[in-house]
Amino acid sequence: MNRARALEAALPPVLAILVSLVVGDLLIIAFGQSPGHVFRLLLEGTWGNPYGLGQVLYKATTLAFTGLSVAIGLRAGLFNIGAEGQLAGGAFGCAIAGLALPIGTPGVVAAPLCIAAAAITGGVIGAIPGALKAVFGAHEVIVTFMLNFVVLAGLNWVVAAKLHDPETLHTPAIHAGALPRLSAIASALHGSAANWCVALAIVTALVLLALIFRARFGFALRATGLSPDAARASGVRVGGLWVVTFVIAGALAGMGGTNFVLGYKGYYEDGLAGGAGFMGIAVALVGRNHPLGVLLAALLFATLSQGGLAIHAVVPKQLVEVLQAVVILTMAATAPEVRRLLERAARPVDRAEGT
Amino acid sequence: MSVGSIIEQTTRIAIPFLFAASGGALAERAGVVSFALEGYMLTGAFTAVVGTSLTGSPWVGLACGIAGGLLLGSLHALGSIRFRANQIVMGIALNLLAIGSTRLFLKLVFKSSSNSSRVVGFGEGASPSNPLLWMGLAAIPAVAWVIARTPFGLRVRAVGEHPDAAESVGVPVARVRTAAVLASSGLAALGGVYLALDQHQFTDSMTAGRGFTALAAVILGGWRAPWAGLACIVFAAAEALSIQLQGLQVLPSQLLGMLPQLLTILVLLGRIGELVTRSGPPSALGR
Repeated sequence: MNRARALEAALPPVLAILVSLVVGDLLIIAFGQSPGHVFRLLLEGTWGNPYGLGQVLYKATTLAFTGLSVAIGLRAGLFNIGAEGQLAGGAFGCAIAGLALPIGTPGVVAAPLCIAAAAITGGVIGAIPGALKAVFGAHEVIVTFMLNFVVLAGLNWVVAAKLHDPETLHTPAIHAGALPRLSAIASALHGSAANWCVALAIVTALVLLALIFRARFGFALRATGLSPDAARASGVRVGGLWVVTFVIAGALAGMGGTNFVLGYKGYYEDGLAGGAGFMGIAVALVGRNHPLGVLLAALLFATLSQGGLAIHAVVPKQLVEVLQAVVILTMAATAPEVRRLLERAARPVDRAEGT
Repeated sequence: MSVGSIIEQTTRIAIPFLFAASGGALAERAGVVSFALEGYMLTGAFTAVVGTSLTGSPWVGLACGIAGGLLLGSLHALGSIRFRANQIVMGIALNLLAIGSTRLFLKLVFKSSSNSSRVVGFGEGASPSNPLLWMGLAAIPAVAWVIARTPFGLRVRAVGEHPDAAESVGVPVARVRTAAVLASSGLAALGGVYLALDQHQFTDSMTAGRGFTALAAVILGGWRAPWAGLACIVFAAAEALSIQLQGLQVLPSQLLGMLPQLLTILVLLGRIGELVTRSGPPSALGR
């Protein structure tokens, strides 16, 4: 049984990667290049040198947070496609906290405060669709999606009209709370943006793992995800659980903002989310909504996006955008099919009787 | 600033919305979520420019635009209907695919990462000689008529509300939904064709969220084509007015830009849309 479950979890991502490799080969040939050469460049530019690896880790960090955000929602049967706005909101809240602190605040105090500010801002944005679903029955997909536009446009207006460094679209640099780069302990990573948020992401994933699979709340959450009616009948306050789950999801996406603000640039910049929120959906999907799977999937998508830069001299980097989309499409299309096929294989007798 | 110029500008802005919203209304009424409208438009805009630039004929471009939309639409149908993939995920992935592949092929065909070369179009803006203008104005009434008055429309409504019941009386659910999705992708693509030929070129991500605004219009209009069309015209008028009033700075442009989405959320809450249009989402939407 466990082998079947492992197969069900692993087969679609493997298929998706294979299909995207084939599509990638065809496109590379269309550009008159050799696929082997391009994929070698892609690997060398990412996992083949310390700088590339550092960049992969940096990009994977944001994706891990948004992926975890989408994953915990899906575990509760909620589809959070608002991670883009929550991520931007969290980053903004984080930058505001960093600006509000006096210059010279020690890092041990400032960094946790800034991280908390990111989580709270993201959580507040996440609470909106949760509450609207619980109270009015408004569909969370529409609300989270539409809220992205509202949040991003609102932040764009605040930064452009009220709070920006002259001639730029970013806030002034934070006074305190910046996190050290990983190159401080591993000098080979020098120049890459990888920072201590990597550790934050891993710890967060482990906490979620315990929360989802070991805590009472996680049990109620998964029960609600499987059947809200059954969960309600067995005493779960489903409306409240939706709100709490959405607050957690928003907080997770919001914490992703710390990677950019505290670990990299030191300010909030318009457009910093850059699709990482939407990519979180892909990460959760490929990671099968499992916190550890999400970490692996984040590495995969980060490798592709950093790899785009590595191959850009030979094939346009937009190739990887196409490949990322192909991975998601194949995943989405094969996951239900694989499940049906495996279920059919597991019950040959029922099947024979049924037909 | 004259009333005439505002009406002209409103029309010009509304046409892409009307095309996409009419497609969106049709697919959603058949029970298939239309997150990919943006992708259809963008693909249609690109393939139209490629077709026009290769042949010099905007009519060929128009056909290529529809073909581009249909290509993406058939992927959506294959994934969402045949393989029963999550329709929202499919829609989001198709949008990513549209952005990525138009950028990639922009490089391959036009050797540029920002825009195509100039192509001929059907004439300026909202000029009466532009066939796309009339097609755009006709799209909503046509879809509304098809849904309300034709046997196909009846089947669309049946598979959108009760696919099992429809199946039991012999309606080929998958085929009806596939037809609705394909038609919607072709219609939305025409919105992109209009944009590209109006501007005489393709520019990277030129649809700039118009497909999502059209989706907001569909939801705002309670999934009824006429009301969705009305919402499109209101959004277009607001945008036209803001362009005319630019100098006056009545409202920051960003806040006006979020209007469709904010309105959609508010209307969902108050169920205002459902009271006005006496309709809600199709029961089997997304399933």
